[in-house]
Amino acid sequence: MANNPTQTGPAQTERTVRPPQARPPLVVGNKSLAEVTGDICRPMECQPTALWYAAFSVSFATLIVGTAAVTYQIATGIGTWGLNKTVGWAFDITNFVFWIGIGHAGTLISAVLFLFRQRWRTAVNRSAEAMTLFAVMCAGLFPLIHMGRPWFAFWVIPYPNTRGPLWVNFKSPLLWDVFAISTYLTISAVFWYLGLLPDLATIRDRSPAGPRKKWTTLLSFGWNGSARTWHRYETVYLLLAGLATPLVFSVHSIVSMDFATAVLPGWHSTIFPPYFVAGAIFSGLAMVLTLMLIARKTMRLEHFITPTHIDRMCKLMLAMGSIVALAYATEFFMAAYGGNPYEQFVMKNRALGPMRWAYWTMVSCNVILPQLLWFRAVRSRLGLVFILSIVVNIGMWFERFVIIVTSLHRDFLPSSWAHYVPTTIEVATLAGSFGLFFTCFLIFCRLAPTIAMAEIKGMMGHRRAEENPETTQEEAA
Amino acid sequence: MSDRYLLATFEYEQDLLAATRDVRKHGLEIVDAYTPYAVHGLDRAMGLRPSRLTWVCFFCGLTGALLAFWFEHWTAALNWPLDVGGKPWNALPSDAPVAFEMMVLAGGLGSVFALLAVCRLYPGKRAKMPSPRITNDQFILVLRETGSAFDLDRAPKLLEKHHVQNIEERLTVSQGQASVASIDGTSTLPVPVRVPHQEEE
Repeated sequence: MANNPTQTGPAQTERTVRPPQARPPLVVGNKSLAEVTGDICRPMECQPTALWYAAFSVSFATLIVGTAAVTYQIATGIGTWGLNKTVGWAFDITNFVFWIGIGHAGTLISAVLFLFRQRWRTAVNRSAEAMTLFAVMCAGLFPLIHMGRPWFAFWVIPYPNTRGPLWVNFKSPLLWDVFAISTYLTISAVFWYLGLLPDLATIRDRSPAGPRKKWTTLLSFGWNGSARTWHRYETVYLLLAGLATPLVFSVHSIVSMDFATAVLPGWHSTIFPPYFVAGAIFSGLAMVLTLMLIARKTMRLEHFITPTHIDRMCKLMLAMGSIVALAYATEFFMAAYGGNPYEQFVMKNRALGPMRWAYWTMVSCNVILPQLLWFRAVRSRLGLVFILSIVVNIGMWFERFVIIVTSLHRDFLPSSWAHYVPTTIEVATLAGSFGLFFTCFLIFCRLAPTIAMAEIKGMMGHRRAEENPETTQEEAA
Repeated sequence: MSDRYLLATFEYEQDLLAATRDVRKHGLEIVDAYTPYAVHGLDRAMGLRPSRLTWVCFFCGLTGALLAFWFEHWTAALNWPLDVGGKPWNALPSDAPVAFEMMVLAGGLGSVFALLAVCRLYPGKRAKMPSPRITNDQFILVLRETGSAFDLDRAPKLLEKHHVQNIEERLTVSQGQASVASIDGTSTLPVPVRVPHQEEE
């Protein structure tokens, strides 16, 4: 794979010795533990850079636009959207599925890669988990807005009420979704916070008396690094990873059942759960890459988020993208082979009908362009990777749009066929959700360490140099 | 209250691990070790039992799933049977997704709350730790100076073999004000016993 033993010179192995397999180090620059703490905490302890202020202003302005749009549509009613009797789900449900998909990579990286003992995940898991939280928050907003009367949102909770009590319908995938997403948000938050505890204690212990010392003392729960605590902590972390892994798969499977249990051609398909899960992870990885590359540059974390990390993320993304491409092909194959004329029509209509531009945007962004990632020359050019990650994000948004709108707009009866065009309000709401996401992420970068210090220190293989035979050999050479 | 503790500070996890194994082999009582990150193998070196929190997780998860199944059955088939698309009232497969989610939620939250309770971690708690550098770059092994195996002359020699950086004797493990106040005022602890392993740069 990407191992090149000659790249690691004696200077790098003096204190940070590589793991037994000859792989590039996960942290470059020969750092001591205290230097790692200093490097990761520095962005929080000094004033924000001009770039941060610029990014924050743009995100916050977008958030305000989105808030205005949401306020207007709730006050006026959902007639402000471009929906009609045929296309009853469009922009907001597309956004919902898009954001929930983004949210899947965080738990994939923190839980699934943890179970597979992928040590490189430590550089990215904290920001990926934070990203998950914010993405799921954005996702949760859309069904809420979609209700039209969000002040009755609590009706989805099964509580004894004066209407019978009329209970919620536990046979509906839409209700499963309520449980799946709230569980996912809770478990992701807990997982993220548990990982953050030792790092908050680190900040507490290095801060001078002041507000930062106060709030980190409050939130670090008296963490003292005791081996007995660590021992139990590791057990619970593993348990949470074990629970979160099937949770990731269940959440998007349930989201896909919102569609798959309907009789609509284009939705009514057994391939949906794995197809949606692969798509979700694909889009999430793309978003993690986008954020990692930004964080790496703006917060000077080049020593921790190395080209090796980017390379592995790219490979994962390529693998997931290939599964998604296979799912696209399978959908067409099943339509052709299944012999259902309605299904065949939907597939033809997707590729050649009035919404073909959306379909071909999706195919170019998700299937054709990611093939460039097969080449190491592309994976090692971070600018190109950044562009590709954004391309995949766009493609994955269009995938949901294609699935939802092109299936709905021409169903069984030609007399009910309709077209759908989003209104400004809907576009502003989508933009607002990006504003919310990036605002939250930028605030997070200022308040908490973006790299899990306690984990990365354990992965560095920080050892006494003279006792390691490998190092002495290299030094002798 | 007459307990005395010996605190040995190390720079590297491998030294701490080796020292812990050695100290335990010689029958000294290990109170605890403090590390900046989870040191793999330290639990075995200290002789800690596997955590029973896995059982908490299992039973919380089981309770969550069973309660969810019962509640779904009770609401949909007993309290107000509702015909949805001609499906049977007590359709068990359609109850599975919510039961699964509740299992994960109960198992996850249950084990995290149990962890916080067992380790006595709660918001706003003042950390009791021997040195503020533990959360940064120090490894500290704490021994209790009791038992026939303990010898104040031999213990430091044992630790010296493992590149100990500093050895200190204290009346309480933690360094905070509370611990100093608890001493009867005449004591001048913490007392550095000796600094055997000078750093040679």
